[in-house]
Amino acid sequence: MKLKGKTWKFGDNINTDLIIPARYMTAYEAAELGKHCMEDADPEFSKKVQPGDVIIAGENFGCGSSREHAVLALKGAGISAIIAKSFARIFFRNAINTGLPIIESPEAAAAIKEGAEIVIDLTAGQIEDRSENQHFTIKEFPEFLTEIVENGGLLRWATKEKKEPIK
Amino acid sequence: MTLTEKILAKKSGRSELKPGEFVLVDVDLGFANDLTGPPAIKEFEKYGDKVFAPEKVALIPDHFTPCKDIDSAGLVRILREFSRKQGISRFYEIGRMGVEHALLPEEGLILPGTIVIGADSHTCTHGALGAFATGVGSTDLAFFLLTGKAWFRVPETIAVEFSGKLPEWVGGKDLILYLISKTGVDGARYKSFEFIGPVVSRLPVDDRFSMCNMAIEAGAKNGIIAPDRITLDYLRQVNPAWVNSHPDFTLNPDSGVVYSKKIEIDVSKLEPFVAAPDLPSNGYPVSQLSDVKLDQVLIGSCTNGRISDLKIAAGILKGKKVAKGLRLIVIPATQKIWQEALKEGYLNTFVESGAAVSTPTCGPCLGGHMGVLAEGEVALATTNRNFVGRMGHPRSKVYLSSAAVAAASAVTGRITHPSVV
Repeated sequence: MKLKGKTWKFGDNINTDLIIPARYMTAYEAAELGKHCMEDADPEFSKKVQPGDVIIAGENFGCGSSREHAVLALKGAGISAIIAKSFARIFFRNAINTGLPIIESPEAAAAIKEGAEIVIDLTAGQIEDRSENQHFTIKEFPEFLTEIVENGGLLRWATKEKKEPIK
Repeated sequence: MTLTEKILAKKSGRSELKPGEFVLVDVDLGFANDLTGPPAIKEFEKYGDKVFAPEKVALIPDHFTPCKDIDSAGLVRILREFSRKQGISRFYEIGRMGVEHALLPEEGLILPGTIVIGADSHTCTHGALGAFATGVGSTDLAFFLLTGKAWFRVPETIAVEFSGKLPEWVGGKDLILYLISKTGVDGARYKSFEFIGPVVSRLPVDDRFSMCNMAIEAGAKNGIIAPDRITLDYLRQVNPAWVNSHPDFTLNPDSGVVYSKKIEIDVSKLEPFVAAPDLPSNGYPVSQLSDVKLDQVLIGSCTNGRISDLKIAAGILKGKKVAKGLRLIVIPATQKIWQEALKEGYLNTFVESGAAVSTPTCGPCLGGHMGVLAEGEVALATTNRNFVGRMGHPRSKVYLSSAAVAAASAVTGRITHPSVV
């Protein structure tokens, strides 16, 4: 699977209150939440972002609340993947469980600039930064997580067939 | 094995486990609130129609309740109707409700050696009673509703050993704020905190709850304390049947267990600790923040809305008045705590001092309702997060402290050491 988009760069510790403030959490539809994605960091963000765009961030992206609304808001805004130096754990599992591609790559997160045109090849495990003509290799996920993502999320994986328990 | 490894091994039918392995475990209790429950139910209903084990489920509308608007009333209705349809008896209406992480232990539902998941990041609170308890997302909860299980990567464990003599006015909240100021907000990312040592083994249960509650603010998967006499004394009050049927229960880390890291903290010289905006790790001794002028003080939440917090706050506020120009909001965390505070006269003390006392709700902690901040306002709260815009306008500020510092600061209007008032 290939994802292509422009990048939006953020710093360390981007928390879920920032990704989607609690005041909008009476909704839980991606499209509605997407309108307010990252609003307190940049009020115009949801208007500027285009479908397919990618967020580049620093350490501990998605820290704070367990709200899966954060993943939904990013998806609703059109974000196709997130590349960060590291992810907070609940956000990490929410992204896996709902099939939002997240890539932990300190090198790519540091080197890719805001507004870059990038292509992420999830199958080949490659990130191509066309603006700076640089390439990065994506570290492989553990097998179990890959299986969930490839099946389209946790519940589809769980209900697909009788699964072998994790070894 | 560490405490966390032992529980995960037992609940996944394994004799040994190592950090980094993935396991599918049987969950003993799973719960959600009015914000995280509806998306979990929506996901669940796409894939199944019968909850695997309704007796292991709790649904607690606590965030935007009593319902603040039509949309939030709609969210609670989804939980109410789902509970009825699925035979989930542990659905808590206002009037019997409490902030989830204060309510569930009080209901006797949190037991040592069990696995507890909640679609709320502060689920780690329950490690205070020796459970493996961790926050998950709505899809994880839907998976649990469907199968009774959850997946985990076995975390590395960081042991945190507190030693020395705890100074006056320093308690669980100060210890955890101090620890987070040392680790940073991601110092324990994907890892488990095991709190050990002589200070913790003497610490009352309420202080232990405050500490485990904020493990997530260092990025931790869970915080846990080995169950001891203090734990059992508490459980004897809330669930005597379990205590009587487990006369020989013990749960300790293996002797000679090797932790991935050990942090040693001597508490003898600690001052009450306060986290300044905009991260829980931005901590300072209270005396260094005495210039900070406050618009609002909040005493409550899953971190510090328990009876011992209200007792300390009432002790400080007795016979005094809330500073002019400052608003004090007190929110007992559960209906039971509210009643006890009424009986003990604490609520009267608060009202006499000029405070507003609310029914249990998470409300203002997450900028929901019952005390949202305007642009430029500064609050001191006994809650757990002070991110940008957490309690209201993105240009409002939140400081975090214990109930003692909060009550003293409400009297002076500035961040204040409790010994001053």
